[in-house]
Amino acid sequence: MEDLWIKFGQTVISGLLLGGMYSLIAMGMTLIMGVMKIINLAHGALVMVGMYVTYVCSKNFGIDPYIGMFIAMPVLFLLGCLIQKYMINRLVEQDSILPENQVLLTVGIMLVLTEGIRLFFKSDYRSVATSYSSDTVFLGAMSISVPLVIGFIITIIFTLLLHLFLTKTDLGMSIRATAQDRDAAVYMGINASKITMITFGLGAALAAAGGSLLLPLFYLFPDIGHLFTAKSFIITILGGLGSVWGAAIGGLILGLSESLGATYISMGYKDVVGLVIFLLVLLFLPGGLRSLVKR
Amino acid sequence: MLNKNILMTIAFALAAIILPVFIKAPYHMHILILIIIWAIIGTSWNLLSGYAGQVSFGHAAFFGVGAYSAGILTLHYSLSPWWGLLLGPVMSMLVALPIGAIAFRLRGPYFALATLALGEIFRLLFLNMTNFTAGAKGILIMPAITSKVFYYYAGLGMLALTLLATYMIVHSKIGYYLVSIREDQDAATSLGIPTTLYKNLALLPSAFFTGLAGAFYMNYVAFIDPNIVFSLTNISIMVILVVMLGGVATTWGPTIGAALYIIMGELFRTTLGPANVLMFGVLVCLIIMFLPNGIAGELDIFKRFRQRKKAGLSGGV
Repeated sequence: MEDLWIKFGQTVISGLLLGGMYSLIAMGMTLIMGVMKIINLAHGALVMVGMYVTYVCSKNFGIDPYIGMFIAMPVLFLLGCLIQKYMINRLVEQDSILPENQVLLTVGIMLVLTEGIRLFFKSDYRSVATSYSSDTVFLGAMSISVPLVIGFIITIIFTLLLHLFLTKTDLGMSIRATAQDRDAAVYMGINASKITMITFGLGAALAAAGGSLLLPLFYLFPDIGHLFTAKSFIITILGGLGSVWGAAIGGLILGLSESLGATYISMGYKDVVGLVIFLLVLLFLPGGLRSLVKR
Repeated sequence: MLNKNILMTIAFALAAIILPVFIKAPYHMHILILIIIWAIIGTSWNLLSGYAGQVSFGHAAFFGVGAYSAGILTLHYSLSPWWGLLLGPVMSMLVALPIGAIAFRLRGPYFALATLALGEIFRLLFLNMTNFTAGAKGILIMPAITSKVFYYYAGLGMLALTLLATYMIVHSKIGYYLVSIREDQDAATSLGIPTTLYKNLALLPSAFFTGLAGAFYMNYVAFIDPNIVFSLTNISIMVILVVMLGGVATTWGPTIGAALYIIMGELFRTTLGPANVLMFGVLVCLIIMFLPNGIAGELDIFKRFRQRKKAGLSGGV
């Protein structure tokens, strides 16, 4: 009986901690989707590129992954800005039968990023070894991995910073205004194309941050991006489009349910659990968790 | 104008029929067959997503179910996988019913995401139901017929059937209803069009022919596993790309797109080595940015532009 409880507690805690880092990635996606109303299928690829930047920093220059992420974030911010300015913004003005053209463009970007990385690093599985990678801390009888704990703490700090940025600064408020009503924001004198550029950059930087935090926990290979794209979609819909706090809580729920699914159903079906939750939310709670709060 | 179109179609069909006389190399035949398979999937996708505007990111589910119907007949019941050509499309349609019931409650990007999730659920189910589907090990069959010419004509027949069926649907009352749903669903509803019913009338044939392509793929390639036939990037998203390349909501667009996609892919693979997918991605970005309506779509616009110019000139004089 005792053992069962320990197993349960350990599953819950590691699920929540992992979910916290997923939510950092999803916050990037929810910002982009909220402001630009497009499905960004390249998001996971941005995470992956961020992970590789941190990986190179650690492997070639001996920079700790938790410091390397502060190099990866500006790099990805710049990459995101460029993609938005020169590729996606161009499409907004063009006429086409299906609005899904933009989605397809992000598929093209995803292909370019993934294959570009593959060209340099091959498809090999890589991992960073740090002195604390395999360390654990004990909480009663439950053992919890140290990178999970550090990652979770950094996630909390970032979430608070992002919240302050969006609610207290001029730029943050412009981003929220553009998300609410693009035309109205333009009438109020906001340069919407500049805002979308910064938002995409910010989203990419958050993706890089989340990826770097997950680097000590995952094997790194060019196709890992798909995994994160899928997860951040689920979280974004779960939390409600454009809601940072929704993404934070959605991430925790996804992490928790995956971890419970892996322990009590089976490893193979753990991804199905997330997808089923996703569908249920789409059908029965289309506004996500955010709509529950507002009611 | 109509006569010209019919003549063009007949010329196209004749050219396709006599093509194997000139092309003998098995590799070239293989490319042609792949083009046909992709043209069938693309044409089916185009019916639901191009004409009716319900952009599906989960067509791999229908393709995979079609392929596995053929594979499982051989694996468990020792029947010829050719029976799959009958069973596969029907199974895909049966699978499409619940998918439609779930996804058609949603619109726009939410519909796209729901189909994406459903497609992935199918992949994971087929990967994990190892007793029934052999899981990641996949299904390998020994094909009874090895002549590529035979597969070419069989595929060509199916493509003709698909094109004809879609053409007839699109140019019937259903087709106009579908386009009206794409352009403005609320307006369509207010005019009394039962939108969900008509969306299903687009989904079912779409699933049927995608399943047919899947079953044919199983027969031709003789090996499938869930990560191939239920692939999100290599099937579901690639079919969108194929149709967008060729031209959304055009009769010949998907076929043109399929030919371009396969030929470009093969050319890049033979000439560029490891950088081939990278080049393909770059090209995709360029085409979407500069030809947003695909090749057939842009040609249409160009033609209409020229006609208008002519009309304007004669009117002026």
